[in-house]
Amino acid sequence: MNRSATRAPYFEASIPMTDSVRAPATAPNEPVDANAPVDLPNRIDIRDLDIYYGDFKAVEGVSMTINPRSVTALIGPSGCGKSTFLRSMNRMHEVIRGAYVDGEVIINGRNLYGPGVDPVAVRRKVGMVFQRPNPFPTMSIADNVLAGKKLNSKRMSKSVAAELVETSLRGANLWNEVKDRLDGPGSGLSGGQQQRLCIARAIAVEPDVLLMDEPCSALDPISTLAIEELMLELKNSYNIVIVTHNMQQAARVSDRTGFFNIEGTGKPGRLIEMDATEKIFSNPTEQQTQDYVTGRFG
Amino acid sequence: MSLTDIPPRPLESDERSNSDDAITSGSLAGAPMLGIFAGAVVIGALSWLPFGGVNWARWVIVTLLAYVIGTLIISRVVESPRQATDRFATAVMSSAFLLVMLPLVSVVWTVVERGANRFDWTFYSETMRGVIGEGGGGYHAIVGTLIVTSLTALFAIPFGLFTAIYLVEYANGSRFSKAVTALVDVMTGIPSIVAGLFAYALFVLIDGPGHRSGLAGAVALTLLMTPVVVRTSEEMLRLVPNELREASFALGVPRWRTITKVVLPTAIAGILTGIVLAVARVIGETAPLLVTVGITANLNKNPLSGRMATLPVFSYNSYKFPTLPPEASIDRAWTAALTLVLIVMVLFVTARILSSILKPKGLR
Repeated sequence: MNRSATRAPYFEASIPMTDSVRAPATAPNEPVDANAPVDLPNRIDIRDLDIYYGDFKAVEGVSMTINPRSVTALIGPSGCGKSTFLRSMNRMHEVIRGAYVDGEVIINGRNLYGPGVDPVAVRRKVGMVFQRPNPFPTMSIADNVLAGKKLNSKRMSKSVAAELVETSLRGANLWNEVKDRLDGPGSGLSGGQQQRLCIARAIAVEPDVLLMDEPCSALDPISTLAIEELMLELKNSYNIVIVTHNMQQAARVSDRTGFFNIEGTGKPGRLIEMDATEKIFSNPTEQQTQDYVTGRFG
Repeated sequence: MSLTDIPPRPLESDERSNSDDAITSGSLAGAPMLGIFAGAVVIGALSWLPFGGVNWARWVIVTLLAYVIGTLIISRVVESPRQATDRFATAVMSSAFLLVMLPLVSVVWTVVERGANRFDWTFYSETMRGVIGEGGGGYHAIVGTLIVTSLTALFAIPFGLFTAIYLVEYANGSRFSKAVTALVDVMTGIPSIVAGLFAYALFVLIDGPGHRSGLAGAVALTLLMTPVVVRTSEEMLRLVPNELREASFALGVPRWRTITKVVLPTAIAGILTGIVLAVARVIGETAPLLVTVGITANLNKNPLSGRMATLPVFSYNSYKFPTLPPEASIDRAWTAALTLVLIVMVLFVTARILSSILKPKGLR
């Protein structure tokens, strides 16, 4: 298992990124086009996706390719449909009554919205971490990590379970903090630890893709740092998509960034531009993106 | 007109420093408030003293009135008007609470006092078989009540819980679920005698006229208990944060497992309390059991046929049709009532203990 891949030191990975934001527009010696689809497993291709809440069209005409082994950030003002779009990638969107999707989300050549696709099976392949940490209050820390397996009635021997708990918690950088109280309640942890517990819980089911919906917005800077560091590590094993309101965060952790915008209330959100993160933050093609990332947005 | 046209406000004017804006005032906290209450009690006592003979009702009412009015006036004089309103509202609410507590305490006291006469081993070990006059007991009625109530719980808990799960987890506000909710509300309001007559009529259709059985009684009580279980379980299930369901779905857990493994364990403490409340609601029902189960002097452990004694009906019957000497029957009636209160208390304590054990740690 390649889950604990070589750990990229946080600052090495993040500082060049922020530097490049200030760097001149034409990034020198960029070997590959960031927008070219990478031919690796777990690439996500989205084609002409419209997302509805009943009669209300929340997101319109999104097409994009999300490359594996990278972090893709989705930014944009509140209510522009970023989270809705994220939730449509593991069929969590339709949990809400009257919500449906029109279009294609293709992972590994299979359309998630094709006929006969079981949403439950999709969610086992595409994991999700939510804005607010939500460990199960009735379960211990260890049981929280095992929840995905146990709730799916997989029987595991004690040693296998213990190993999975350890690898998942190590993968979420939480093992050293909780190894002495694995039987304690998950809700007894701090907010940042709870969020990392939720990440451990999500990676314990070994998904191909990890979706994160503003995972740090309820956390302090230190916990945020821990989770960003974790994302840079996890991208070696998972295809990570993150929605964030924090543009510094997008600049620090992501390889590519998509900017969503909305024309006005009641109008659907659209993908305005998607490109390499440094390009979005230094020299975007669209004026709207430029305004948003420089804070001139009305 | 520009902002500079406004004349500067005098900083240290005399009217500001000593009237409305003052932030200090006298305080009635602690002993003075107790003093006001003591004074009210004395005034209450004075209201009947001149007329001779203790008049409890007048004492209580005048005391509470004097307390509320006295608090308002004294606090207004000594403290600020806002404080006075606060103290007044507090006084009104605590008086209302005391007033409501009075009948409750009185009922418990009366039942304990009168029930104590026959609170002996004979009552709990003997039936009324062949007993005329003194002696005898309510053993057969206790067994009957336990059988009928257990059967009721056996029917009503699954019906009620499954309905609640449907309404909260599956219905999604559909038209059918709204109809179910409305019908449950109607069922909550069914007079208990109607439930009894319905069950009786049902068993007459099956078995012929004059049918009496514990099962018929349980069916009548199920009609009364199910809506209570539905309502309380529904409330408790709705309290489970949606984030937990989403977290579970996002792990690829199917809905039914999410319900059994995440939602129900989180809500179980409240659901248990609700179920115990519902049992307490039906265990003391008399009218439906009178028409469906009847009363007998013998022990009948078979709920499928024959009359069965139950505590409420036994109590009613002993009081209404006493044998000679009547005191013996009446004492048995009170002890039966006391036993009923004790059973409900045991149920509540059990539910409390179970809830505190099962309550999820750290959930707000």
